[in-house]
Amino acid sequence: MATGGQRYAVAITDLVVKRGGKTVIPGLSLQIPQSELVGLLGPSGSGKSTLMRSIVGSQIIAGGTVTVLGSPGGARELRTRVGYVTQAPSVYPDLTVRENLEYFGALVGAPKKAVTATIATVSLGEQAEQLVGTLSGGQASRVSLAAALLGGPDLLVLDEPTVGLDPVLRNELWAVFRDLADQGVTLLVSSHVMDEATRCDRLLFMRDGHVLADGTLKEITSQTQTHTAEEAFLKLAAQEGTS
Amino acid sequence: MTARATRATTRRVLRQLARDHRTIAMLLVLPALLLTLLWWMFGDTPDPATGQPLFDPLGARLMGLFPMLIMFVITSVTTLRERTSGTMERLMASPASKGDVVVGYALAFGLVASLQALVLVGYSVFVLGLDINGATWALALIIVLDALLGTALGLAASSLARTEFQAVQMMPAVILPQLLLSGLFMPRSELPQVLGWVSDVLPMSYAIDGINHLLAGDTSSIWPQVAILAGFIVASLILGVSTLRRQTA
Repeated sequence: MATGGQRYAVAITDLVVKRGGKTVIPGLSLQIPQSELVGLLGPSGSGKSTLMRSIVGSQIIAGGTVTVLGSPGGARELRTRVGYVTQAPSVYPDLTVRENLEYFGALVGAPKKAVTATIATVSLGEQAEQLVGTLSGGQASRVSLAAALLGGPDLLVLDEPTVGLDPVLRNELWAVFRDLADQGVTLLVSSHVMDEATRCDRLLFMRDGHVLADGTLKEITSQTQTHTAEEAFLKLAAQEGTS
Repeated sequence: MTARATRATTRRVLRQLARDHRTIAMLLVLPALLLTLLWWMFGDTPDPATGQPLFDPLGARLMGLFPMLIMFVITSVTTLRERTSGTMERLMASPASKGDVVVGYALAFGLVASLQALVLVGYSVFVLGLDINGATWALALIIVLDALLGTALGLAASSLARTEFQAVQMMPAVILPQLLLSGLFMPRSELPQVLGWVSDVLPMSYAIDGINHLLAGDTSSIWPQVAILAGFIVASLILGVSTLRRQTA
C-alpha cells in the first residue's frame, strides 16, 4: 500500500522563500511521516507560518520542492485532501456557525450531517445557531478549525490553533488532534508554547527560517541532555549562537 | 467550475446581505430618493426643444448612474473584505474554482442589482410620471444592465485594490470618467476627437446611447447597445476571475 513517494505526508527539499525582498527561509529540508501529530515549535517570526503556507501551496516559493501526499504542494488534487487553518479565524462573522460550515462543506462536497458532527467535534453545539461575530476569539477560531475538518482531509495544517484558549479547551482540542492522528490523519500544528510539545508524536523546532531540531521529544531532550522542550530549545539556540 | 460550489457561494452572499437590513433598505430606496430630487428640480421645467418636462430626458439618462455607482462600491468593498479577512485565501485553497467564487458573487449581487434597477424604473415611471417615447421595458433592460455592469466592474476593480482606501477610490477612478465622457454633458459626436475615442471604449457611453434611442422613440435600435453592454459585463467578470491568485508572495 505504501509506495515510495507516499511514505511521507510532506517532504521538503531545499525550500527557499523570499518575502518583501528578504529571504525568510534560506534553504530548508524536512520530512513529516504519515499519520503523526507533529508540533512545529518556535518563536513568532521564526518562519512557521511561511513554512505552513508553502506546504498548503498558498506561498510563492523561490526555490526547492515541496511534495505533499505524493503531489507537488498546492496541486489541484490536494485541495480536498489538505485542510489549512490560518492564525486569523477566516470565517464569515455575519453568518452563524452552522451557515459557515454549510458553505465550506458545500465547497468540499461534505455531506450535510458532517456539519452537525463537526460542530460537536469542536464543542460548539450550544453556539451552532449563533453569529460567528458574536462569539469569543477562541470560539471563532474553533469554527475556522471545524471548516478545515469538513472535507475529511488526510493532512491538517493548523497555525497556532490553541492561542488564547483556556486550559480546559486547549486540552480538549489536543484530544481532538490526537483522535484524528489515531484515525490516520497527519497533523502539523504550530505553537509558540513549548509546553505543548508533550502532546506531539514528533517535534520540529524552528528558528530564523531553519530547522533547529527534528525528532521525538525524547530524542531531542536526550541529545541535548535536557528535561523539557523549552530547555532543549534554549540550549540548541545558544549552541547555534556560539558556533 | 461546479454548479454546486457556485450556487453555495451565491446563497452564502445573499444570506450575508439579508442579515444587513439597513444596507438592503438603502439599496432599494436610495436611488429612488435621488431621482425624486431631480424630479423636484426639473419636473415643471419644460424642455425648450420639445415642451416636455426636462425631467424626462435628464431622469432617463441619469437613472442608470445610481445603481451602477452603488453596486460598484458595494461589490468592491465586499470582495475586498473577503480578501483581507483571509476567507478568500481559504476559498482559493479549497476545491472551488476561481470561476465558482466570482460567478457566485456576480449572481448574488446581480440579483440585488436587478431588483434595485426594477424598483427604480417602476418608481420613476409610475410614481414620478417619467415619460419616454420608447418602451418602458427597454428602459428597464438598460438600467438593469447598468446595475449589472456596476457589479462586474466592482468585482474586477476590487482585485486591483490592496486596501480599503484604494478600493473606495476605485469608484471615482472607474466611474467618473465614464460619467463625464458618456454623452451626458456633451453629445458624444461633439467631443474632441481623442476624447471621442476614449468615450467609444467606455461602457456607460453605450447605456446613454441606448437611452437616447428610447428618448427618440426608437426602441428597436437599442439592441447593438444592449449587446455591447452585455459584452462589457462578461469581459469585466473574466478580468475579475483572472486577477484572483491562489498563491501570494
